[in-house]
This record gives sequence, structure tokens and C-alpha cells, in this order.
Amino acid sequence: MSETQVQTGHPEAEKPQFYLTEDHHPEGSTMLGFWLYLMSDCLIFAVLFATHGVLGRNYAAGPSPADLFDLPIVALNTAMLLFSSITYGFAMLQMERGDKVATLFWLAVTGVFGAIFLGLELYEFSHLIHEGAGPTRSAFLSSFFTLVGTHGLHVTFGIIWLITLMAQVAKRGLIPENRRRLMCLSMFWHFLDVVWIGVFSFVYLMGVLG
Amino acid sequence: MTPQLKFAGRLFALLALTALSGCNLVVMSPSGDIARQQADLIVVATVLMLIIIVPVIFLTLFFAWRYRGSNISAPYDPEWHHSTRLEVIIWSAPLAIIIALGAVTWISTHKLDPYRPLDRLDAQRAVTPETKPITVEVVALDWKWLFFYPEYGIATVNEMAAPVDVPINFKITASSVMNSFYVPALAGMIYAMPGMETKLHAVINKAGEYEGLSANYSGDGFSHMRFKFHGLDQSGFDQWVARVKQNGTALNRDAYLKLEKPSAKEPVRYYASVEDGLYRAVLNMCATPGKMCMEEMMHIDLMGGAGTESHENRARLEHDNRHAGEAAHGTPAPAATFPATGNPARSPEPAEGVNNPQQPQSQNEPQGQSMNHDMHNMQGDTPGNAPGGSQGSAAPAQLNNDTPAKP
Amino acid sequence: MFGNTTLTQFLFGRLTFEAIPYHEPILVVTFIAVALGGLALLALITKYRLWGYLWREWFTSVDHKKIGIMYVVLALVMLLRGFADAIMMRLQQAIAFGGNEGYLNPHHYDQIFTAHGVIMIFFMAMPFVTGLMNFVVPLQIGARDVSFPFLNNFSFWMTTAGAIIIMMSLFVGEFARTGWLAYPPLSGADYSPGVGVDYYIWGLQVAGVGTTLSGINLIATIVKMRAPGMTFMKMPVFTWTSLCTNVLIVATFPILTATLALLSLDRYAGTNFFTNDLGGNPMMYVNLIWIWGHPEVYILVLPAFGIFSEVVATFCGKRLFGYASMVYATCVIMILSYIVWLHHFFTMGSGASVNAFFGITTMIISIPTGAKMFNWLFTMYRGRIRYEVPMYWTVGFMVTFVIGGMTGVMLAIPPADFVLHNSLFLIAHFHNVIIGGVVFGLMAGIVYWWPKAFGYKLDPFWGKVSFWFWLIGFYVAFMPLYVLGLMGVTRRVSQFEDPSLQIWFVIAAFGAVLIACGIGSFIIQLVVSFLKRDQLRETTGDPWDGRTLEWSTSSPPPDYNFAFTPVVHDHDSWYDMKSRGYERPMTGFKPIHMPKNTGTGVILAGISVVFAFAMIWYIWWLALVSFIALIATAIGHTFNYDRDFHIPAETVTATEDARSRLLAERT
Repeated sequence: MSETQVQTGHPEAEKPQFYLTEDHHPEGSTMLGFWLYLMSDCLIFAVLFATHGVLGRNYAAGPSPADLFDLPIVALNTAMLLFSSITYGFAMLQMERGDKVATLFWLAVTGVFGAIFLGLELYEFSHLIHEGAGPTRSAFLSSFFTLVGTHGLHVTFGIIWLITLMAQVAKRGLIPENRRRLMCLSMFWHFLDVVWIGVFSFVYLMGVLG
Repeated sequence: MTPQLKFAGRLFALLALTALSGCNLVVMSPSGDIARQQADLIVVATVLMLIIIVPVIFLTLFFAWRYRGSNISAPYDPEWHHSTRLEVIIWSAPLAIIIALGAVTWISTHKLDPYRPLDRLDAQRAVTPETKPITVEVVALDWKWLFFYPEYGIATVNEMAAPVDVPINFKITASSVMNSFYVPALAGMIYAMPGMETKLHAVINKAGEYEGLSANYSGDGFSHMRFKFHGLDQSGFDQWVARVKQNGTALNRDAYLKLEKPSAKEPVRYYASVEDGLYRAVLNMCATPGKMCMEEMMHIDLMGGAGTESHENRARLEHDNRHAGEAAHGTPAPAATFPATGNPARSPEPAEGVNNPQQPQSQNEPQGQSMNHDMHNMQGDTPGNAPGGSQGSAAPAQLNNDTPAKP
Repeated sequence: MFGNTTLTQFLFGRLTFEAIPYHEPILVVTFIAVALGGLALLALITKYRLWGYLWREWFTSVDHKKIGIMYVVLALVMLLRGFADAIMMRLQQAIAFGGNEGYLNPHHYDQIFTAHGVIMIFFMAMPFVTGLMNFVVPLQIGARDVSFPFLNNFSFWMTTAGAIIIMMSLFVGEFARTGWLAYPPLSGADYSPGVGVDYYIWGLQVAGVGTTLSGINLIATIVKMRAPGMTFMKMPVFTWTSLCTNVLIVATFPILTATLALLSLDRYAGTNFFTNDLGGNPMMYVNLIWIWGHPEVYILVLPAFGIFSEVVATFCGKRLFGYASMVYATCVIMILSYIVWLHHFFTMGSGASVNAFFGITTMIISIPTGAKMFNWLFTMYRGRIRYEVPMYWTVGFMVTFVIGGMTGVMLAIPPADFVLHNSLFLIAHFHNVIIGGVVFGLMAGIVYWWPKAFGYKLDPFWGKVSFWFWLIGFYVAFMPLYVLGLMGVTRRVSQFEDPSLQIWFVIAAFGAVLIACGIGSFIIQLVVSFLKRDQLRETTGDPWDGRTLEWSTSSPPPDYNFAFTPVVHDHDSWYDMKSRGYERPMTGFKPIHMPKNTGTGVILAGISVVFAFAMIWYIWWLALVSFIALIATAIGHTFNYDRDFHIPAETVTATEDARSRLLAERT
């Protein structure tokens, strides 16, 4: 199997090993596959960010970020999501220790933080729409609602996934499959966090201050 | 198989030959200097590439024949798979061609940039300061072409004329969807897009009647979106203008809004007079009474928007109404909240940057109407050739704010 | 009455009887033909009691080989539909002159050219390429399946679901009348208010999910599942091109998904991304769609390059010349394909420097492509070429493709593009590279790998007939379009005024008929080969004296592909094994761990079709119900932990012993 045995042009030379007699277990591809998925998802966000970059100042003779955004609420919102990432980290630590109940507890806390985040976001949206600044008002607002809304949809699906996983962990314990799934959701959750930091800085902060 | 392949090759050569000799290859033998240079460029590029394409095709067929399985006399070397020298040639031969072509591309792209004013009439004659170009403002409508001649105060539909050997400055826009303005004998095409202005500079060198068309699919009547382009000598052109003035009607907003409605196979129409500022209103998508002009919108946006109390601006900026807005003309449509009735155009406290309604129409130059589009407009022609003088970058007029001015 | 209307509207959205195009005789006849054909097929399946077999062995299968074959079947079916559109267009353009309106009104014609483009790219070429990659790549890298077998099945069914959605538009409602990329504002709600663009959007979105997931799957497979010893620089070239193609898929299809999502928000929610209203910007759509669209071209053509590389090495009996430069060229093309998109709209009026930049980057792509061409050329040099059918396609490709490449570089020069853009010259160019490159490659691939998939070769006579019809038909059909382009004739026009053009369109139509004969001969080839399968049978597993690992196993390969995982020492590993006295293992077989079949993919894709249909026709209750069903089924699937099984050692031994007997009989 080693390279030194290869002597092309000498068919008579000692025959190298051409197959494994033992069972071959390629490394798991799940993490790589999930990373690839995250990167493809990241591209969707990239398109939405780029769109916001192009349309973000097309207010259509309407309200601008400075007129609309309530930074304290958004900061609170950001804090909720960051907390949820930390608590997900705690859940993973408990998973490593094999403590099922503690894992479930921290997952639940994560879910609650995520739900608060969503609640605040929905409140913000309804407030904006109430003010007449809905997604159809201007290209800026279209791109704003779509970018933030897509992130919110991701969080929603993250929460659904979280609940599903909690049920599965509760039912089957921290078996390897479930650990792998928790790992994937962990990557997904932190990914959403990173995206949100981009949203917070580029959409909200630079919108209001820039 | 090789004889048959050769046959295919010969067939191709034959086709190419008949093509070059026979029919009317307007793209390769045009009558305008810009198109002429573009055609020459095609020839140069083709020849440059044939330097490498012909040997490749030849070698393919030759190797395919020479190393056929039945030819035992040909050398056979199953392990031969690398040759640094050959690899260098393989990569550097195309590279050399591309360097040459790249240089040609860079130079010709700048020289033949449609936004660049002409510096020559043809290979022999340069444009002198005395040369007075004519301006044609082109609007792609559903599905016909509208041409404004601002220097002559006339307009035409589906027919265009220009004097021979006079530079033509086209300003091109569209009313609803994307089209492409293309007169193959004159110059290359350029997109016509709603709310934006593209430019084209060209000259026709030979009198004659040429085909013009839309080269970008735009819906049902697209196939018939054609017009005749007449290259005329100066006296012929003057007669043509006189004919348009004599036979034409007036093109005011009402007439324009009727014309704008989708229709195919429109006959040629002449307009002896054109309402002031109509092209600019079309370009800014505010020909319909009550609509806000794009330039005003962009100005407000540049100033940071109009705040949360600006709901009424919304309806004034809805332009995509081929279907919903059929009624917009005549009776005030719901969209046109503040039609030409003298009602206040906006909330009592206008946002910063909103014009005062006293400003007469058509006094301001378009500024930056090609949003996000290109830089040419931004710096280029701000002060210049608009009738009625320019106020430069002052707050742009809200063209529709007051009673539609009838000149 | 009023209440009745609202109830109907609630139940059926905007779907009414008027949506059935019973007043279009062409469609009625097509519908009757399709319905009769479909009924006959269903009756035959029922008569021979094949439903259970198909469901168990194919539809629910997670075996990459079967999924690959199903992809190719889908592609061939859609090829027929897309080609029918092509013939109709050619016929219309050949007769619609000087006041004659032809037999298709613009309303119908505009749908046809849109459908032709969409179907040929998304539902013919894409499944074809994906199918071949699916079938071949795991075999070439010595793996037993792909990384995520269930996902593979799901991806296939999502692609099929997309195709079904597009096909439904033929008989219920209408298809988009916008051109295959649906530029706004024309494709916006105001200018295309019907269901056509919605069919387009949902068909592509559903299929796009499948394509993206299958891309992820194949990358993971190639990166993680290669046989021991197969370093990256020992991977077969087809695997390399597949890797690059799938990287492109994963890196571009999300852009398409996002762009179409924005367009659908404009249409459904009234947002202003690409409208003329309220600050929207249609040019952004054109940019975004081509950021996906240009790499898409390479997604299609790179695997074809890989196929030619395999074919040319095999049939020249020689190592591929310049393996390393082939690999680098592939990677360079992959990267460059991202920075050329603007060449699709030089005429939009970007500045000269921007246009020149994108023109030059486009030309640079021709350098690695040229290098590849030379590599194939020098593989033939000092080879001993066996003219089997795949080699015909390869030589045909090499001659045809360089012409397409040349016209492509002409189009890359912005000032030249100003006169050639959107003309029939452009149409001729991209058909020249897509037919001459992609289709020829796929045909070569089918003939090349057919014996591996089914255990018998394809009939060479009909293969050659098909090749010659295709080749000559291609030239006859598309050379006139180059000429017409130089005569200033542009695309998507359904009626012409200048009668002097007609002769060229008639020649082109004749060429299309020749291509139809090519497709016909291909189908005859499949039928004849199936009937003569006992004569064409090959029992060695290595009918062409192949060089890569897929030829080391039996034809068709067993479910587990390889009884023992091969160990690789060279990029022509099977050639290496043969020349160094490899002996097939006969004993010591172990149980093999394999994934179980599942019907979830079919169910999810079926619900997606319902969901898309509901969205297209504004049947909101159904959309909601099907969406919830979709989520619930997906979640339900994750509660199934029992996803694999072992093939017992005895079964493996029996299978391998049967093969040993076959091999012994032969010698």
C-alpha cells in the first residue's frame, strides 16, 4: 500500500496490495456535508446582503433607517441571540459529559432565548408595518424585511429542529446519532449568530449611523 | 470515419463561403462607421484565433486518421504522457493569442464605447469642432419606437431619419420593460431600460433605408418592434423634417399616454410638435399625471428619505401598471393621488429636498437618472443641450406637481 | 351566487376551467398523445405487475447506480420534450415570412422558446450530468455508495418534481413567456400576471433543492470516500471534473435560489426588488442571475470534459497526456467561471473599463480550455485508436467545440458583442458549445458506461448512425444561424418580414430534422441493443479495456460495488492493477454494511409538487396543508433510526462466485 512499492513498467516486480481484506470505514462525511450546506446557506445570505447593499438607500421618498430603527430593542434582540449561543455551548458541554438531563435543560434555555429573539423581531416588524413602513413601501424596506426575515425563518426552523432533537434525546438518550445531530444543530445555531452579527452591524448600525 | 469528417468540414467551409459571398451580411458590411469598425474587429479576432483553431482542427483530424487502430505502422507508445516542452507550448500558444486579443479588446472597448462621443466620421475624416451632431431621444414603448428630435421639436414613431455623415447622439430609455435599440447597419445595440438612460454615439455614412429593431425580447408584440432607419443627405433630411412638421400632429402628454399603451404593428406616425420636457418626463417615469419623477425620488433618497410621514409618495411611485392602471389616464386613478388638479402634492411639511411647486417644468437637467447604473451620466452632460437652460444640480423639478403645462 | 364564487375561489384559487387550454388544437393533440402514451405505459406496468418491483427496487432505492440511471431516464424523457419545442420553433421560423403568421401565435411561441431553454438546461442537461456523476463517481473512487444515500434519493425526486411542475404547465395554465432567465420587469407581476412565471419559479426552486443537495453529497463523497491510496492527484479525471462541477453547483445554485426567491417575493408579496416602482432595480436581477448562470455553463461542460478524457485515454490505449495540467486547467476554469458573468450583458451600458475587464477574463478561460484540447490531441498522438462509438463522439466534439470556442471568444470582445449580442449568432454559438460539448459528451458517456450499468454493450451500428445524424444535423441546423446572425437577425422573433432570410431558416429546419433522426437512431439503438442483449452481453466487467476502477467490478456491479475496498497506486488504477498482475479475491468475504431503501424521498417530493401547485394557483389552504405535511414528514423521517443493514457474507460469496464462474466460462 505504501508508495515505495509502486514500480511502474515492471509488471514482474513484487505485487503490491490491491485491496483491503479488512472492512474499510471511511471517515464520516456528515460534518463536511453539513459545513457545505452551511456555506451554501451562507451564499443565500450573501445574496441578500448584496441586495441590501444595492437597494439599502433606495427609500422611494419614504422612511430611512434613521427614521425607523429602534436600536435599543435591536441590541436587546442581539443579546438574546448571543445568549442562546452561549447556552447552546453549555448544552454541548453537558453532552460531552454524557449528562442527558442537563443537556436537555440547556437546550430548552436556548430555545427560550431563540423564541424571545423571534418575538422581539416580530414585534419590530409589526411596529414597522403599522407605521406604513412594510416590505412593499420601498426597495430598502423590501431588502430589509427579506434579509432580517430570512434570518428569522432560519431561527424558526432552528427552534423546530431543536424541539425535535430534544424529543429524540429524551427518547433515545445521547447515542452517537443524536450527538452528531446535536453537533450539526450547534453549527447551524452558531452560524445564525454570525449572520445576525452581520445583520446587526451592516443593516442596523450602518443604516442608522452611516 | 475520417473521410466523412472531412466531408463535414468541407460542408462547413462551403457554407461559410456562400455566406460570405452571397447574401446581405449587414453586420459585416454595414454603412455606419461604428458598425464598420465593429465588423473589422470581428474579422481581426477571427483571423487571430484561426491561427490556433485551424492547426487544432487539422491535427485532430490528422491524428485521428494517423493513429487509427488498423494502422500498425504508426508508432504506439502507451506510456508516453508527459512532455514539459509540449506542455509549455500548449499553455503558451493560447496565452499568446489571448494577450494579443486582450490588448485589442482593451483598446477597442474604450475606442468604441457607445458612451464616447465620436472623434471621426469615417476612416478618413475626423470630427471637427464645427461638426454639429444631432440628438435623438429614443423611447422603447410596448411595442413600438418613439423618437424625439429635440433640436427640431419633432417626434416620430417607428421611423427614424438622420443626415449622412453627421454624428448622432442617441439617448435611449424605455417606458416599461427592457428592450434593446439596434440598427445593424449603423452601430451595435444598447439596452433601453425604464427609468434609466443609456447612450449611443454613431454616424451613418451612406444614404439608404436600413432596418432597426428591438434586440431584447419584451413580450407579445416584440417580433414587430421594427422601424426603418433612413440615412439621408442633408437636403433630404431637411425635407424629411419638413414633411414631419407638415403632416404631423402634436405630441402632448395625453397623446403620449395613449401611445404608450401596449400595441403592436403600429404604423409610422409623425408629430410636428412635442410638449416641452416630455422625454425627460418619460425618462423619469412621470409622464402620467400625479407620478413622482425618478430624479426627485432619488434626490429625496440622497437627502435621507422623506421620513415616516410620507405615505402618499408611495402611490406616486408605482409605475408598473400596464394592467391595473388602464384607467390611470383620463379619470384620476387611485394611484394618482394628486392628479393635475392643483391639490397639494404632499403632506404639509415636505421633506428636505422637495422642490417648490413654482418651479417651471423642464428647466432642470436630468441628474443621475441612471440610478446605480453607470458613471457616464453622473458627470457628463449635466449642463448642456437642454432647451430652456439648466439649473445644474439644484433640487430637481417635480415635473408633475402642478397643472400640466401646455406650451 | 356570490358566496359560491368565493367558495370556489377559496378552494381552487385562480384555477378555473379556462386554465385548461382546450382551445389550442396543438396542445389538445399533444395532451391526447401524452395521455394515451401514459395510460399505455401504466397499463403495461400493471399488466406485468411491475409496480411493486419498481417501488422496491427503483423508486425507493438509495443505490447510487440506480439513482444515476433514473436521472438519465428523466433526462432522456425531458430531451424529447425540449426537442419537440425546438422542432416547433424551427418550423415556425421556416414558414412565418412576409405576412404569413406561421402556425404559432406569439403567445404560444414565446412559451415554447422559454420552455425549450428551461427544459434543456435544467431538466435535460442537469439530470443527465448529475446522473452520470452519480453512477460513475462512487465506482471510480472505489466506494460502495455516496456519503448520504437517502439524500441522493431525495435529490433525484426533487429534480423530478421540478420537471413534473414544468410539464404540468403544458396542460394546466401556461408557461412563462419571458425567455429562459425571466428578466424583470417583464417577469414581474405587472407585466406577466399569469401563472407562467410562477410555474417557472416553482419548478426551478423545487429542482434547485435537489441539485444543491446532490452537489453537497457528491463533494462529500469525493472528499471523504475515496479508496485508500487515492490521493487527489490520483483521482480519475472524470472524478476531478465532477468535483469541480459540484463545487460550482454548491457555490452557485444558492444564488439562483435566492434570486428567484426575491423575484417570487416581488410577484407574491408586492416587494420592490426588481420593479420599476419604489426604488427597485431590475439590473440587479440580471447581474445575480448571471452570477449563477455563467458558472452553470461550466457545471454542464466540465463533466463532459471529464468524459472525453476518460474516453480518449481508454480508446487510444494510452495514458492521458498531461494529467496534471488537465487537473489544473479544470480548477482554473472553475475559479474563472465566477468572474466573467457580465459578458452576458455588455450592452447594458457599463463603462468601457468594466466591459473590457469582463471581456478579457472571459478570454482567459479559453487558455485552460485550449490546454485541455491539446491534452486530448496529444493523447491521440502515438496512441492506437479503436473507433468505438464513444470515440466518434469525442473526435466530433473536438472539431465542433473549437469552432464554438472561437465564436465564444468573438462574443467576449465587447464592441463585437454589441453587434452580435442577442442575435442568432449568439444562439448558434451556445448551441455549438452545448450540443458540440455537453450533448456529445453525454452521448459518449452513455455509450461508454452503458455496459457497466446493464451488462451489455449498445449496438454500434445504430450508435454510429445516430452520431452522424447528430453531427451533420448540428452543422446544418446551426451554421445558417451564424449566417443569419451576421445578417442582423435577432433571437426570439416569431415572424419575419425580409423574405431573403427564409432559405436559411429552411436549411436550419432541415438540420433540426436531421438531429431528430439522430435522436430517433439513438432510441432505436437502445431498443435494438435491448433485443440483442444476449449477443451484446459482456461478462468481464471490462468491455473497453478500461483504465479506472469502475471497470474492475462486474457489469452490472453488485449492490455493494466492491467486495473488498480497492487500494490505489496510480490514477489509471485499474490499468495499473491489470498490468501488475492483480488477482481477483475469491475468498474471505465479510458481511457488508449498506443503507436501507426508503420511500421518504418520493413522498417529500410528491408533497412538494402539491405545495408548488397550490402556490402557483393561489390555493392557499392547500399550500398551508402541504407545507405542514412536508415539515411533518421530514421530522417523522428523522425519528427512524433503523436505516441500515448488512449484506450477509454468504450472499457476497454467492455473488462473487457467480462472477468467477462467468469469468471462467469466458476463458
